[in-house]
Amino acid sequence: MPETPELLERKPHEDIAPGYTFGSVTDQIASVVLTKRTPFFWFASFGVGFSLLLLLLLSMALLFGKGVGIWGIRTPVMWGFAITNFVWWIGIGHAGTLISAILLLLNQRWRNSINRFAEAMTLFAVACAGMFPLLHMGRPWLFFWLFPYPNTMGVQPQFRSPLVWDVFAVSTYATVSALFWFVGLVPDLGTLRDRTQNKVGRLIYGVLSLGWRGSAKHWSIYETASLLLAGLATPLVLSVHTVVSFDFTIAIVPGWHSTFFPPYFVAGAIYSGFAMVLVLAIPLRKVYGLEGLITDRHLENSAKVMLATGLIVAYSYIMELFGAWFGGDVYEWGAFWHRMAGPYAQQYWMLVTCNIILPQALWIRKIRTNPVTLFIWSMIVLVGMWLERFVIIVSSLAQDFVTSSWGIFSPTRWDWFTFFGTVGLFLFLFFIFVRLLPMISIFEVRTLLPQAKAKEEQG
Amino acid sequence: MNDSSEKLDLAAVRAKLQGAHGREYWRSLEDLAATPEFQELMEREFPRQSIGWSEDEDPVKGRRNFLKLMSASLALAGLSACTRQPTEFITPYIRQPEDLIPGRPLFYATSTTLNGVATGVLAESHEGRPTKIEGNPEHAASLGACSAFSQASVLGLYDPDRMTTVNYAGETRSWGMFFGALREALTAQKSKNGAGIRILTETITSPTMADQFKRIRQMYPGLKWHQWEPAGPHGARAGAQMAFGQPVNTYYDFSAANVIVSLDSDFLASGPASLRYARQFAAKRRVRGDKTEMNRLYVVEPMPTPTGSKADHRLALRAADIEVFAGALSTAIGVGKGPRSGDNNDVYKWLDPIGKDLASNKGASLIIAGECQPPSVHAFAHAMNAALGNVGKTVFYTDPIEAEPVDQLASLLDLVKDLDAGQVDLLLILGGNPAYNAPVELGLRDRFAKARVAAHLSLYDNETSRACQWRLPEAHFLEAWGDARGFDGSVALQQPLIQPLYGGKAASEVLQMLTDHPEMASRDIVRAYWAGQHSGADFETWWRRSLHDGFIANSALPVKTPALHGESIVAPARAPKLNGLEVIFRPDPAVYDGRFANNGWLQEFPRPITKITWDNAAILSPATAHQLGLDSANRPSGVNIVGKMLELTYQGRTLRAPAWIQPGHADGAITLHLGYGRTRAGRSGTGIGFNAFGLRTGQAMWHDTGLQAKALSDSYEFATPSIDHTLDPRRHIFRAADIEDYRKDPNFAHEGTEDPPPGLTIYPEWKYPGYAWGMAIDLTACMGCGACVVACQAENNIAVVGKDQVRRGRSMQWLRVDSYYSGDPANPGIVNQPVPCMQCENAPCELVCPVQATNHSSEGLNDMVYNRCVGTRYCSNNCPYKVRRFNFYLFSDYETPSLKLLNNPDVTVRSRGVMEKCTYCVQRINAAKIDSEKEGRKVRDGEIQTACQATCPTEAIIFGNVNDPESRVSKMKAEKLNYGMLAELNTRPRTTYLAELRNPNSGIED
Amino acid sequence: MSQLFHHSANAIARFSIFGGICLVAGVAWLGWQADTSSWETRANEHRSQPVPFSHMHHVGGMGLDCRYCHTTVETSSFANIPPTRTCMNCHSQLFLSSPTLEPVRASYRTGQSLQWTRVYDLPDFVYFNHSIHINKGVGCETCHGRVDKMPLTYQYPSLEMSWCIDCHRDPAQHVRPREFITTMGYQPAGDQEEIGRRLVKEYGIQDARTLTSCNTCHR
Repeated sequence: MPETPELLERKPHEDIAPGYTFGSVTDQIASVVLTKRTPFFWFASFGVGFSLLLLLLLSMALLFGKGVGIWGIRTPVMWGFAITNFVWWIGIGHAGTLISAILLLLNQRWRNSINRFAEAMTLFAVACAGMFPLLHMGRPWLFFWLFPYPNTMGVQPQFRSPLVWDVFAVSTYATVSALFWFVGLVPDLGTLRDRTQNKVGRLIYGVLSLGWRGSAKHWSIYETASLLLAGLATPLVLSVHTVVSFDFTIAIVPGWHSTFFPPYFVAGAIYSGFAMVLVLAIPLRKVYGLEGLITDRHLENSAKVMLATGLIVAYSYIMELFGAWFGGDVYEWGAFWHRMAGPYAQQYWMLVTCNIILPQALWIRKIRTNPVTLFIWSMIVLVGMWLERFVIIVSSLAQDFVTSSWGIFSPTRWDWFTFFGTVGLFLFLFFIFVRLLPMISIFEVRTLLPQAKAKEEQG
Repeated sequence: MNDSSEKLDLAAVRAKLQGAHGREYWRSLEDLAATPEFQELMEREFPRQSIGWSEDEDPVKGRRNFLKLMSASLALAGLSACTRQPTEFITPYIRQPEDLIPGRPLFYATSTTLNGVATGVLAESHEGRPTKIEGNPEHAASLGACSAFSQASVLGLYDPDRMTTVNYAGETRSWGMFFGALREALTAQKSKNGAGIRILTETITSPTMADQFKRIRQMYPGLKWHQWEPAGPHGARAGAQMAFGQPVNTYYDFSAANVIVSLDSDFLASGPASLRYARQFAAKRRVRGDKTEMNRLYVVEPMPTPTGSKADHRLALRAADIEVFAGALSTAIGVGKGPRSGDNNDVYKWLDPIGKDLASNKGASLIIAGECQPPSVHAFAHAMNAALGNVGKTVFYTDPIEAEPVDQLASLLDLVKDLDAGQVDLLLILGGNPAYNAPVELGLRDRFAKARVAAHLSLYDNETSRACQWRLPEAHFLEAWGDARGFDGSVALQQPLIQPLYGGKAASEVLQMLTDHPEMASRDIVRAYWAGQHSGADFETWWRRSLHDGFIANSALPVKTPALHGESIVAPARAPKLNGLEVIFRPDPAVYDGRFANNGWLQEFPRPITKITWDNAAILSPATAHQLGLDSANRPSGVNIVGKMLELTYQGRTLRAPAWIQPGHADGAITLHLGYGRTRAGRSGTGIGFNAFGLRTGQAMWHDTGLQAKALSDSYEFATPSIDHTLDPRRHIFRAADIEDYRKDPNFAHEGTEDPPPGLTIYPEWKYPGYAWGMAIDLTACMGCGACVVACQAENNIAVVGKDQVRRGRSMQWLRVDSYYSGDPANPGIVNQPVPCMQCENAPCELVCPVQATNHSSEGLNDMVYNRCVGTRYCSNNCPYKVRRFNFYLFSDYETPSLKLLNNPDVTVRSRGVMEKCTYCVQRINAAKIDSEKEGRKVRDGEIQTACQATCPTEAIIFGNVNDPESRVSKMKAEKLNYGMLAELNTRPRTTYLAELRNPNSGIED
Repeated sequence: MSQLFHHSANAIARFSIFGGICLVAGVAWLGWQADTSSWETRANEHRSQPVPFSHMHHVGGMGLDCRYCHTTVETSSFANIPPTRTCMNCHSQLFLSSPTLEPVRASYRTGQSLQWTRVYDLPDFVYFNHSIHINKGVGCETCHGRVDKMPLTYQYPSLEMSWCIDCHRDPAQHVRPREFITTMGYQPAGDQEEIGRRLVKEYGIQDARTLTSCNTCHR
């Protein structure tokens, strides 16, 4: 093919660095799991994750032993960190599904090299999120009363309650994500099975790869399956956080009771999701020298998505304020006034800074393409999005209708421990994944190779 | 001996005590107990000393605990709902009492006393255990209402910290041994006519005990009887002496009074007849339909009280200025010759309008002086009432109701003199706690040691018991027989509902030990006395009748009109020189003079207006605070109100107390509530607050100038359930207007808000074919005394959570009384609003519960099903009234055996992790419904009274069936004043309010 | 490369899919069985009593009316266990020497209550009122079964909430005329449905919505 000038120009934007062959791709990705020495970075991160996980266990023991009183929650702020963390984690999950499902359907090939660990991230984020509804209950050992099942009391859950919708939304989401992720893994598991020297490893990979032989029949079945699952997963990207947002919009609490939470929450979810993707991808590709596979183009595209969703979020903030003012409802406006000037003003303005002001820097190409700055910016967004949920939940509850019942929430150390604990759980799971499974989809990356393209063009 | 840096532990304490010996021992331990280290030690050694659960921050102590915790939590985690019931047993009677039906409560009439004066009550008994106190509708002082003190007295009965055994110098003894010792002392006294015997009691009105004293004195002419009531009506007693030259008992009839001037008298919420007065006052104030006449109330007081909050015109004056005001007012209506103007204009600004108002209501007006005011103010009041022709119409005089009206301070000084002179061989202290609450300069605690034999009969092993060798457990009023006079002298009988739990004896029984028939039980003593009094032949029937009623019919003292000593009264009141600040002592609204310090219900009961719990404070006005260099308003810092510590110096004695800035408090004065800083009260009362008795001297029992206050750097965190107090007119929570405006526009309560039409919700409208329960609360009547809060706590097994948890915003009372201020913080309007569950028809809580734990009943209640609740707390978030309470921990006490007896068997004791809230006392509703169903009739109006309604002195709360147009509640809801709180949210609350009305004097603009 | 699995692995794999489903279903079924079993509900289980009191003898044999001993059943929420005195009304004459009755006599002598084991033990958060059920025509037998055929008393129904609710949703199935309230082995004179509906009207039994309101049983 004649190299035209614009081709040269497009080089840095390639989905995959030049010079890769089918073999080298496979070697590089598989070696991370099979042959390469595990880098110190892995042990360090895993260690951090594991120790935080132990903290989580301690907090949980205490929680179950004594009750939710160990947290800072009180009348009227009955929901504090737990629900904040729940919404935050669920939101983070969304990026994975978006990348793997929607981008697949939109035939965005560049996704191929980041979708695998994005999906893993989704799975683990949902795991963390899923814990909180359970932990925050006053009597967690009765959690199963939220599920409809035949029982001797002749009582069923109340389907008017958004919390019940949550149960279904989140559990569906978890199931589909897990399936999608696993199905995507099957061919690579096959590869690992064939490449590993370790007997036990081979056996395990063998079982997991479900007898994958890579025959044309397998491939066609695989394609259909993943397309179907993508079709299933796509609506979930929108539905799950919509339902989560119902937890607030259904209530009459000023600051919660709002019709545009669903789109606003979904946008926010993807916003924080991509931030997390970058936070994971940037160090990983550095440590494992995968810059060739996770190219600057991936980072830049993700950054662009962040910028876009960030703008939607900003728009929502402004609309929220405008609505409160324009609606002229004393309680609604009161709620927002307290947000901006009340006991939580600090957190509010911090979140505005993190979610709206600073991210505007992503318009600048330099910041967008420089891994270090991008990493920092992603961190900022993650913090900002956590604060957003915190402010929405806590500040609205702290000062609602009856002034005499106002009360200020202040977290105890156990609030923090539980939060960081789940971060630990997340890291723990994620780095186990990195160590034992191909973090980048081997066969999908191979399709990005020019050779593959050439083949397709011939075929 | 205690350098504050060192920390003590028990060993160290013992070491210290080894060092000291003999008499020294007691003192040193007392001193020790006062030190902060010792308090800390107590906290540490007895985790539940400060009713526990405060260990949130560092909950795991030690490996062992941690493991226990771990296993416990794992067990919980693995638990499913299916667990087998443990085997339970039924132990029937041998011979069943006739009138007792297991499962149905019985009510007995008895009476409680405060300052010796009786109020009739009904005590509810379940299979022999008293669980609840109600007012006695037949009794003149109660009229069916009940005070917070009486409500909480059942908890006092079962208090695990009560004195449980007779005790001599720290060792357990028996009553027999005490009796022996007593006999010994008495035989020694025979020779000297009992000149060495001293008996110290609180104020006594009991005719029986009066008679006992008479007989004992015949045996021992030399015996002296002293009385000390720290919060007694000393001023009134002396005032009567001053005005009439004889002791006189005064009481009032508010149902005949159109204009009332209160000279620092909180007659609605404190005093022996407050329940009756409140009822009469409210009735005279009630505006219904076209009856738009109201009485008018002027209040002059330093510290805002419930009465002050009802005032149409409230004047905040220093306590000393009230004397000046009284003098000037008397001049204004032509009684006295005092000055009518002076340097402090506030005192004089309203004289003319008030004077006119009074003059135009001769015979229908009333001037009432506060019990804490000096004699002259009372004298002025007597003179003015006489001049206005109120005597015999609104004011009544009788002979004193006290068995022996004496100047108690003098009598106490007399005792001190004898103690110092070593003339006291036998000192019997019956009840009370003089070592703690006597004037500080007397140093009684140490002086008691000078008596050869000192014995203290008391419910608690308190500071005084500590100073006596013999400590005798006293019988609670629900455990013993007795009698006492009420406000009008009528005799109320006191009959027990249960055998003494801890073998206690009544004061009358101990007195009896001095007589020839020492072994008589209280029942026989009282009965024998009245058998002697009753002239008729049919004593038995008469006695049964009296016991059934709870009082002796027609025993009120005859009304008389004593002649006024005019000259003694016109003593010209000159404005006292103010040097420094004024210190004002008042009994605490909850723990009174400290006697209720160990009562968790009262400790946790938010004080009227301030809403402080578990503490007292140095209460001062914003301006005064500003002068002292503090903020001029209470500021929440963090999650609670934090007051700067003040160092108060008065007559060389100093005290450290946290400042509470109270809008409406008089400038230049600091109010200190008595009853705190107890060192031996029990697990809830010990070591909280500061001891205002430490500044209280005999010269100035209620107020005096010359207080120095210095703001310190450190600050103190209060425990207040609500931290915001200003009324936002744009929020439609509280509606009020002047009667004039109401006459012009009766619909004012509905302006600025609309009640949405039905059918706005997508859910079908509820239908209520049968009953539809509702409640209406008359804000004009409510004065915020808070009796309803304690009544609710008693009726519904509501847990006490402790100071720390209240600080964390987790108090559990189902019913709260909000107080709001409006207008100028120097002299604000103060309003009170009781907030129970609104039982909304479109309840936001119901549709967010994921497990149907809170549901709409067919009669419009929002049922809360504790056993279904999983504790997502969503319902509370979605409740705009924030009336739901959550068990963040296991707040209910499942261990203490005595407290198990306290529980109301008809209400579930809530466990950890479940939501709870006001149920409209659904257990009472169901009981009444079942009874009516069995008789095949509808429930009658008024047959069901919620606990709050039953106890309310002003009948502000009315409950009933809103489907019945004839019911009281329907009639109230039909009033134009009726409005629903936050009704614009379309919650359709079943609890509605009648907007508050005031009747200001057009001649006064403030 | 050598074969990793025997080709039977395919079969096993396929089977495991269905096997998994069956396993889950089986476990669920077992759980349900356990939850409704009489081990869980303690129905049909004799409890040891201080005296082997036989309802069969006293009710079936001698035809004592329930209310002779359980006197408060019509007036109180609690159907009292008779005081020892009641037993002694007869047993001060009868079976004086019988050793099984010694605990009763002892109790009467010493004033120590007999300690009966509770057979019908509702959770503490359930408030059942005997008197209203009796007054509305719910027979003793309806909940306590044929006590006249019980040598030793046992819990007849499961006492599960759904069991209570069944009747509260449609009392007509179970109510009987008041005159037969303590009758054992009562047979409706005609169609129960029809009689029931009549009695529900006659006795003013409340509608299902009221009877199934939570506060009817939980407070």
